[in-house]
Amino acid sequence: MAEAIMNYDEAISKFDPVLGLEVHVELGTNTKMFCGCSTVFGAPPNTQVCPVCLGLPGALPALNKIGVESAIRIGLALNCEIAEWCRFARKNYFYPDMPKNFQTSQYDEPIAFEGYLDVEIDTDEGRKTFRVPIERAHMEEDTGKNSHVGGATGRIHGADYSLVDYNRAGIPLIEIVTKPITGTGKYAPEVAKAYVAALRDILRGLGVSDVKMEQGSLRCDVNLSLRETPESKLGTRSETKNVNSLRSVERAVRYEVTRHAARLAGGESIVQETRHWHEDTGISTSGRAKSDAEDYRYFPEPDLLPIAPSREWVEELRAALPENPAVRRARLVADWGLSEIDMNTVVNSGALDLIVEAVDAGVDPAAARKWWTGELSRIANDRGIELEELPVTPAHLKRLEELISTGSLNDKLARQALEGVIAGEGDIDAIVAARGLAVVSDDGPLLAAIDEALAADPAVAETIKSGKLAAAGSVVGAVMKATRGQADAARVRELLFEKLGVSE
Amino acid sequence: MSELFRKDASVLAGLVSSGEVSAVEVAQAHLDRIAAVDGEVHAFLHVDTEGALASAAAVDAKVKAGEKLSVLAGVPLGLKDILATNGLPTTCGSRILDGWIPPYDATVVTKLREAGVVILGKTNMDEFAMGSSTEHSAFGPTHNPWDMERIPGGSGGGSSACVASFEAPLAIGTDTGGSIRQPAAVTGSVGVKPTYGGVSRYGIVALASSLDQAGPCARNVLDTALLHSVIAGHDPMDATSIKAPVPDVIAAAKRADIKGMKVGIVKELGGEGYQAGVRSRFEESVALIESLGAEVVEVSCPSFPAALAAYYLILPSEASSNLAKFDGIRFGNRVGDDGTKSVEQVMSETRAAGFGSEVIRRIILGTYALSAGYYDAYYGQAQKVRTLIKQDFDAAFAKVDVLISPTAPTTAFKIGEKLDDPLAMYLNDVATIPVNMAGLPGMSLPIGLAPEDNLPVGLQIIAPAMADDRLYNVGAAIERELLAKWGGSILGMAPELAGA
Amino acid sequence: MSGISQEDVAHLARLAHIDIPAEELGHYAKQLDAILNAVAEVSSLDTANVAAMSHPVPMTNVFREDIPGVSLTAEQALSGAPAVEDERFRVPRILDEE
Repeated sequence: MAEAIMNYDEAISKFDPVLGLEVHVELGTNTKMFCGCSTVFGAPPNTQVCPVCLGLPGALPALNKIGVESAIRIGLALNCEIAEWCRFARKNYFYPDMPKNFQTSQYDEPIAFEGYLDVEIDTDEGRKTFRVPIERAHMEEDTGKNSHVGGATGRIHGADYSLVDYNRAGIPLIEIVTKPITGTGKYAPEVAKAYVAALRDILRGLGVSDVKMEQGSLRCDVNLSLRETPESKLGTRSETKNVNSLRSVERAVRYEVTRHAARLAGGESIVQETRHWHEDTGISTSGRAKSDAEDYRYFPEPDLLPIAPSREWVEELRAALPENPAVRRARLVADWGLSEIDMNTVVNSGALDLIVEAVDAGVDPAAARKWWTGELSRIANDRGIELEELPVTPAHLKRLEELISTGSLNDKLARQALEGVIAGEGDIDAIVAARGLAVVSDDGPLLAAIDEALAADPAVAETIKSGKLAAAGSVVGAVMKATRGQADAARVRELLFEKLGVSE
Repeated sequence: MSELFRKDASVLAGLVSSGEVSAVEVAQAHLDRIAAVDGEVHAFLHVDTEGALASAAAVDAKVKAGEKLSVLAGVPLGLKDILATNGLPTTCGSRILDGWIPPYDATVVTKLREAGVVILGKTNMDEFAMGSSTEHSAFGPTHNPWDMERIPGGSGGGSSACVASFEAPLAIGTDTGGSIRQPAAVTGSVGVKPTYGGVSRYGIVALASSLDQAGPCARNVLDTALLHSVIAGHDPMDATSIKAPVPDVIAAAKRADIKGMKVGIVKELGGEGYQAGVRSRFEESVALIESLGAEVVEVSCPSFPAALAAYYLILPSEASSNLAKFDGIRFGNRVGDDGTKSVEQVMSETRAAGFGSEVIRRIILGTYALSAGYYDAYYGQAQKVRTLIKQDFDAAFAKVDVLISPTAPTTAFKIGEKLDDPLAMYLNDVATIPVNMAGLPGMSLPIGLAPEDNLPVGLQIIAPAMADDRLYNVGAAIERELLAKWGGSILGMAPELAGA
Repeated sequence: MSGISQEDVAHLARLAHIDIPAEELGHYAKQLDAILNAVAEVSSLDTANVAAMSHPVPMTNVFREDIPGVSLTAEQALSGAPAVEDERFRVPRILDEE
């Protein structure tokens, strides 16, 4: 049953939103957080388990060093302080996908805390930077997976029983929690989305996770509350889960603002609860009431010893951090002389790293951009693969550009050459030779082709001579077709105008 | 040659390695002994006849092939049923695990197998190691070989009773607040709790993770040392295990020289509340220690009276979390799953049916002590008391080399005597608990019988962390004098068992 | 340190997922009350300047390399399970989404 919502603009005019975002990152380590079981996705059920991650009596955890290292690197990339001494804690609650019925996590001693992330959003006043305060990043473990049998949709409600697979139990997770994000005003949805996107970029840049929201290696819970004015105390918040894409983050925030506003304006209070987001219908529905707050009875994990990262180790990791993606983008925009819009296109196509790689190898930035965001993106999309999977190297692009600049190849022929590279026919020169790709540089065949085209369309010569130069396009097109694209279009046009005694 | 089952482990090991007696013969002799007397004693929950004879045969094959053997190859042993054994039932004395067969071995078990020790079976215990009498076992109590109507101590009563009744020369126990030492004291045997972290906890079902340690039980100090040396050592599967080398406990047991040592009597452990015969035997030990050239002084550890209270906050808290995994989902018995109930209901019914009342009591207590609003006053405070206890020990060890006290306030009480009064039961561990709280090593050594009831009395020896060897040196020195005085092991004074 | 009531025991039993019969609640409450009174003495100690003991072993930074070890087979993993279906642990109806 759909709940009442208020028009967004009206809601924003009446209330001040406060956001809180909790992001869980699945680390791409080889083994789980507390045992040596493999983390490879898609294995048959219960084949990547051991006494530890199965929670068998007597088993003990052994901490994955890369889990700790990743947590520190993530903390540093988010401008956090790294704890000098911290511990794990047990979060005690019962659930069938929890092998021990407690989660080994961190409670009041997170490994990273007090950080921030600057995100950029478009506002009415142009592009603005917004600083999202980060409370903490800590280490914990994932649960097993339940599948529900007997219900209509495979979801919990109405199911007769469930089946549990513990392959994912113990997968390393880093939980990143923001402080209450205030001052966003009407841009709350955009800030939320920009934050998750920026976080994703950073995590991808660090190489700690493949951060695929659709696959669950990056999960976002959205918390929202409204208050009358920025000076009022915080309102009751709701938590929304199942927010599986950037688009959902933005929509969920927007929806919750409108839902809270409708309730508050109608004199009702907000129920502190966990809600479930439905991307298909664009609404959230009520889940568990969070007010019957589970008492997790946290206490320090006695089976694991404290982690005290030396300052030397922390500085070593800090020095080896990759450049912050936003900083890098700003630098490239300046270096390449791009507009923000153009840079957005580059980033959205996922080609930034590939372009940088090409530029570093000596390819002209504009050319690298053109190929990767243009033809190669098209090809990748058509085939449903990632850009990185195309076997096109900077060397290929460099050679292509060389041949184009000397006039040996035109754009159309260059694309054919790339097709050949992708088909595995060899390097550029080999393909050009094998396929006979060459711009016709001899005027003779061009003039002959022009004569043929004019003969086929007698009227067009007059049209051109009368001043409608655009009509030349059809002649050039015919010549290009006749020469299988191997003519230099500009030269054809030149010769045509010469022939007709017309000047441009 | 006296019966094989009356021989010390070191002697048996020698007979096997020299080929004089086969390991199979040794194993069979002990299996026969178990068959004869365990109907009464009930030390064993499960006897693995086939496995034991197969292990023994494997040792004999090695002897024949001239291969190098460990110091305990071919020696039989009882394992407290709290250690996971691959392919052998492991119940922890609880109905909730009745029938569970682990798919893996505890590290201690792996080490024993690799050393050619012949595991005879799993011994009885208080359910999930909660208790000091083995009366809380879901499968019936174990009886003290000295008097069938009395408790053998707990929680590891089965392990101590099986060595005291000559069913095995060696046993493994676990000690969280005294569960190796107190049974050793009341059965006239030797038991050691190593330094925390000295023996791997991997595969040992956890009661209180920050207090539990597995340790050796035997009838004399040297045998105990041999077993200690086999099971101790760093284990990468246990993050809390010590990386430093194992102290040379065997050499210490052979040295047995305490001349010039300083020995401290802990003022707060002893005196009022301790049975008269316990105190008199203790005082005799003090005199004996002095006669051997050691200096005995009194030390005071003012935080110790609070140790029991702090322990009964920390243990239930950690246990309430450790025992949450027993829910009938992945292993163990499931109760109430008739297809209509929710998983929450089935979990709750399973646990209510599977856990005994002492376990339930401690889980509820621990849940309370950890709950929001109570953590600081209870668990948090108790962890601070632990620091005070450690500080008191550190101050004492700045003045002396080892500390001594009676192991337990009383000798073995009658079965049923303290069952209705949990607090009275808890008091059995008043002298042993501080040792676990500080993570130190402790031994119980038999020092005689209490005159009023002719039941064994134990002396507790405590050493600084990682100085387990001191226990063996001091214990062996005292033992040598006492053996001379008694004309043999104290167990020679125990009544003959009916079935024997 | 106030006394423990039957309602308290019932609440704690729910948290601990143990279905204690109603008629036993009072008995547990009484015993627990006695025990709590006895352990309450810890609060009388002066611990103002004392840090809680973290671990009895004074070590830190115990890590394991990120190298795969030995896992159980599905058969071993499921060997103790009360109910199995499709190589998974079969459990009764879960009511609440986590």
